[in-house]
Amino acid sequence: MDKIRALIVDDSSVMRKIVERSLRQSGIELEKVVEAANGSEALAALQSNVVDLILCDINMPVMDGLEFVRQIATVESAKGVPIVMITTEGSESHVVQALSAGARGYIRKPFTPDQVKEHVLPVLGRKP
Amino acid sequence: MSTDTTFAARSQQENWLPILELAVEEVFEIMLGCRLKAAAQSEPQLNREFTAMVGLAGALCGIVMVCCDAKTAGQVAKSMLGDTADSQEQVADALGEICNMIAGNFKNKLAGTDERCMLRVPTVVSCGEYRRHSMADGSSGETVLVFEGAPVAVCLQLQS
Repeated sequence: MDKIRALIVDDSSVMRKIVERSLRQSGIELEKVVEAANGSEALAALQSNVVDLILCDINMPVMDGLEFVRQIATVESAKGVPIVMITTEGSESHVVQALSAGARGYIRKPFTPDQVKEHVLPVLGRKP
Repeated sequence: MSTDTTFAARSQQENWLPILELAVEEVFEIMLGCRLKAAAQSEPQLNREFTAMVGLAGALCGIVMVCCDAKTAGQVAKSMLGDTADSQEQVADALGEICNMIAGNFKNKLAGTDERCMLRVPTVVSCGEYRRHSMADGSSGETVLVFEGAPVAVCLQLQS
């Protein structure tokens, strides 16, 4: 399988490391991991990085994950890049908002590596 | 697992405390691979050197807190990271994220409430000597569980 470049957006640096570890445990080989602490940092990171997958929290300071997903539509280099939300917000309305804005998957915290595998591999066109 | 009754019918502490305990146990088991035990009377005194807080706003208004000593907070971070935390900031970050997941898991278990309740980003206090003052009346409850032989308190204070 090809190695991928991932952007992980979460205001918790510990959670960013856990998400990265979960990706590796899912059998996904990572060529590069770009980290951002909020949506605004993530948009800036996309100006200088091309990625194949974005994993994004919702509740973050400065710019939350839902706003980031809405704004990413304007970033040419990120068009078509699958976004999977990883968040404590588990309500149906948050799921609907995220998917309507363009997210392709939704994982609720707390999560297991198996759940990451189940939700991330399909959006990369791979079998879980 | 989620409950099927409205939060209004369960506003008393004895009703929501078991749901909070379940939310705590699930977070520790899934994220830290650790089963918590109920604290016995003989457990050592809880030293609240670290307190993580997440505010709730909307249908549920209040605050969820996780308190433990510095060594236990470090152990939480180590269990999450799979390695020793690099700094106090990383320890605080880990405890804040645990509190965030507990708050989210708790509200997600309250059918009909999760849609109308928002979580704030976590705040972590790392000193033992502080007093907390709430500006509103309400109910509060605390559960103390044992993680790696040390007590961890989880408190929910609701504003009416």
